[in-house]
Amino acid sequence: MDITGLTVDALHAAYAARETTATEVCTAVLDRIEAENPQLNAFITVTRESALAQAARVDEALAAGESLKPLAGVPVALKDNQCLKGVLTTCASKILGNFVPPYTATAVAKLAEAGAIFVGKANMDEFAMGSSTENSSFGPARNPWNQDCVPGGSSGGSAAAVAADLCVLATGSDTGGSIRQPASLCGVVGLKPTYGRVSRYGLVAFGSSLDQIGPFGKTTRDVARMLGVLAGHDVHDATSAQVPVPDYLAALDGNVKGLRIGVPKEAMGEGLDPQVKAAVEQALRNYAELGAEIVETTLPNSGYAIPDYYIIATAEASANLARFDGVRFGFRVEGAKTLHEMYQKTRDLGFGTEVKRRIMLGTYTLSSGYYDAYYLKAQKVRTLLRRDFERAFESCDVLLTPTAPTPAFKLGEKTDDPLQMYLSDIYTVTLNMAGVPGLSVPCGLSTEGLPIGMQLIAPHFAESRLLNTAFAYEQAHPFPKRKLS
Amino acid sequence: MTLRDKYEAVIGLEIHAQMKTATKIFCGCSTKFDSEPNANTCPVCLGLPGALPVLNRGVVEKAAWAAHALNLHIQPVSIFSRKNYFYPDLPKGYQISQFDRPFSLSGWVEIPTSERDEHGHPTEWKLKKFRIQRMHIEEDAGKSLHEGFADTAQHSYVNLNRSGVPLCEIVSEADFRSSWEAYDYVQYLRKALMWVDACDGNMEEGSLRCDANVSVRLRGATEFGTRTETKNLNSFKFIQRAIDYEIDRQIEVLESNSRVVQETRLWNEKEGRTFVMRSKEDAHDYRYFPEPDLPPLYFDFGKFTGLKEAMERTELPESRRRRLLETYGLSFDDAALLTSGREMGDFYEETVQASGNARAAANWISSELLARVKAEEIATSPVSPAALGEMIKLIDDGTISGKMAKEVFDQMFKTGKSAGELVKEMGGGQISDTTQLEAFADEIIAANPKQATDYRAGKVALLGFFVGQMMKATKGKGNPQLVNEILKQKLG
Repeated sequence: MDITGLTVDALHAAYAARETTATEVCTAVLDRIEAENPQLNAFITVTRESALAQAARVDEALAAGESLKPLAGVPVALKDNQCLKGVLTTCASKILGNFVPPYTATAVAKLAEAGAIFVGKANMDEFAMGSSTENSSFGPARNPWNQDCVPGGSSGGSAAAVAADLCVLATGSDTGGSIRQPASLCGVVGLKPTYGRVSRYGLVAFGSSLDQIGPFGKTTRDVARMLGVLAGHDVHDATSAQVPVPDYLAALDGNVKGLRIGVPKEAMGEGLDPQVKAAVEQALRNYAELGAEIVETTLPNSGYAIPDYYIIATAEASANLARFDGVRFGFRVEGAKTLHEMYQKTRDLGFGTEVKRRIMLGTYTLSSGYYDAYYLKAQKVRTLLRRDFERAFESCDVLLTPTAPTPAFKLGEKTDDPLQMYLSDIYTVTLNMAGVPGLSVPCGLSTEGLPIGMQLIAPHFAESRLLNTAFAYEQAHPFPKRKLS
Repeated sequence: MTLRDKYEAVIGLEIHAQMKTATKIFCGCSTKFDSEPNANTCPVCLGLPGALPVLNRGVVEKAAWAAHALNLHIQPVSIFSRKNYFYPDLPKGYQISQFDRPFSLSGWVEIPTSERDEHGHPTEWKLKKFRIQRMHIEEDAGKSLHEGFADTAQHSYVNLNRSGVPLCEIVSEADFRSSWEAYDYVQYLRKALMWVDACDGNMEEGSLRCDANVSVRLRGATEFGTRTETKNLNSFKFIQRAIDYEIDRQIEVLESNSRVVQETRLWNEKEGRTFVMRSKEDAHDYRYFPEPDLPPLYFDFGKFTGLKEAMERTELPESRRRRLLETYGLSFDDAALLTSGREMGDFYEETVQASGNARAAANWISSELLARVKAEEIATSPVSPAALGEMIKLIDDGTISGKMAKEVFDQMFKTGKSAGELVKEMGGGQISDTTQLEAFADEIIAANPKQATDYRAGKVALLGFFVGQMMKATKGKGNPQLVNEILKQKLG
């Protein structure tokens, strides 16, 4: 079975026609992981045995003539910050290097219920802090389009795995661009849902008011299908929304006639790679040809998004990561003589540089005497950012920006300059601050042959509109298939 | 003038009370006290990576009751915050509490309080109003165990059964001027919280703990002195003694021309003194910020069917005490005793209703009933208010004497039978038939001529002898009042 470019639609057609079995597909995917993962390092853990067991159950159900569940027999990679009972869940951190959760995240449980086959846990930046997957204590993941380049991050392993056909779908998590930016850099579709759309229960928290789990796929249709499984209220997450889940697949009619696509002028200016700019402008012309109306708009406060994000996200992270103290689970340094020494050495050796940097930043901004100047002010700016979107959506149905300012960059290129690294999320973090959904869809290749993505943005809970807008483009302008390395 | 007269103490109290719910505040684990270590835990209260809190509705209802009991104003919106600090029994590295937007604000109690003499007896009860600044909701931490294991020298253990148990923290204003005022306040607070079933009040199990902020100043001064905080006082006695110790210690410091140092202290009961736990410089910066995992708590009576009505129906202990005092003319002590708990008050008032005799009901409950039944178990007393009321009626209508009643009451307890039944079994009530009693009297006087002569010669104490003979003759059933009258008349 050739699994190159395999989508859920194609797979389910093959299952329905009895042309293949879940076991055959799963085996092919696992074999490919075995062959390619040593180079790509997209997976931290490969769950061969349990994947084959899941595949066998799907085949039994198929043989018994049961109708196909939405993700039946679909090989899925899980970002390694999402708990799967009994399977190592490391967050790419030494401090969780031995952590096997005794429970399963709600989103993951929903995928399993929908028939998905989990092939492994995907590599990421430690605790989802990073934009290149270089901050992984298991070594960096690589971009399948060019292995000297990063796959983006923090969900770089997930994006790389989808791009390299090491799975059909993958989950990521997005706190400040961590799904959309790697999707852009790896040439796949990635969606950050509205805050509250997908349960966070069992997602190891980074910035609790920003984090969302979301899907990666090779097509908008696959992403729509996966979102339909992931979305919905969860009694275990008080921030998950009680908003009905629409049929995302049914919303895909490819019609964008009269759709008002807003282009925030701030997103097309300084710091944007000319090739990316050109690709996005070409996409805008394509949309106009499809009948959409292109409108210039503004997000006047978006220039504050990055600093604002690094105050809110790090403040929350400094508290969220306090539980990694060596007392109850995970890594603990041996031989400490006092409690204090145990804490200090465990956290010093257990966390990587970027994580420690952010914990310190967050601790600082929450400290008495600084709280009002940083955290409180940042919350006010956050309100302004939310209002920016509300105003923009008064005259636009969706917004369109580049996903990332550049195509994939080289490994090591930005590791010594955290601020440069942070800027690769300049177009994406604003959405997390406002809670609105965003999707990255491929819209071109650079002259170096690297993918370029564009970001579509919709109001809260308007994922259907987002997906259909992407679908319309994708139907008219199919993305070139990656040449296998 | 003593030093205590020269200085005035200023005291504020923070009480942590465990709210009486079956499950924890943010997960479904049991709050049962004596379970196996770490048996009542789950990913949420263990603080496992990825777990999230969800607020238990029952906690909100209990908190509303607690607020009601203390005349606090429930806020339409309150916000949970994270209080950050590292400790092994704090699984998440932060406690979910409330900070600048607490559940309720601005309450008060007005209660009797008194200083005590050297024997601990109240000297003079006065009503005093104590203001309550706020009450907020939070989760408890677990328990660190440093003793009692084979490897105690190398390791400590953690029991997280208590992690996530719901607490309310009640912060008073600095309105107390003596340790006994503080003592009376905490006593009342416990009673009021138990009264509305918000807290089980069990001090040994740590359901109520107190931190005392104490400072002293020259009497007449308007500025507060530097305060110390003595933490984790878990008995009434400790609260009173620790505060008293702190007052004397601080006066001594000032008298020796030193300054009181702002610090956190602990009470050592064995040594009868407080000692430093940490200084102000070592104080934690808790870095409070709003808990992003929990939406704001919007309190709305509409979400709790019948709650508002139930609160309006519920008379609070101090109101009831005053009403009993005024309506039934009870003594201070009886009124206090009979409102020591809600069920006690109910028992009393039902007995009054059944007997029509408030004074007798008070006497029988305080002396006879409570000699046999624990106050907290009054609701399950084998003698019901109706049964006790019936018995009191039999006394009042002369069917039985007070002395007989004691015997009847005893039998009611043992057999569960009614007073009426027992009197019948005993061969009827007391003898109030004067003809019958006069016949007995004549017989007895005739049989004891010497005593009769002596009595008539002025040895009136011999009346007791004749009464005794009469009771013997009537098998204890002679109406004591009539017996006395008839004897006096015949011997006179």
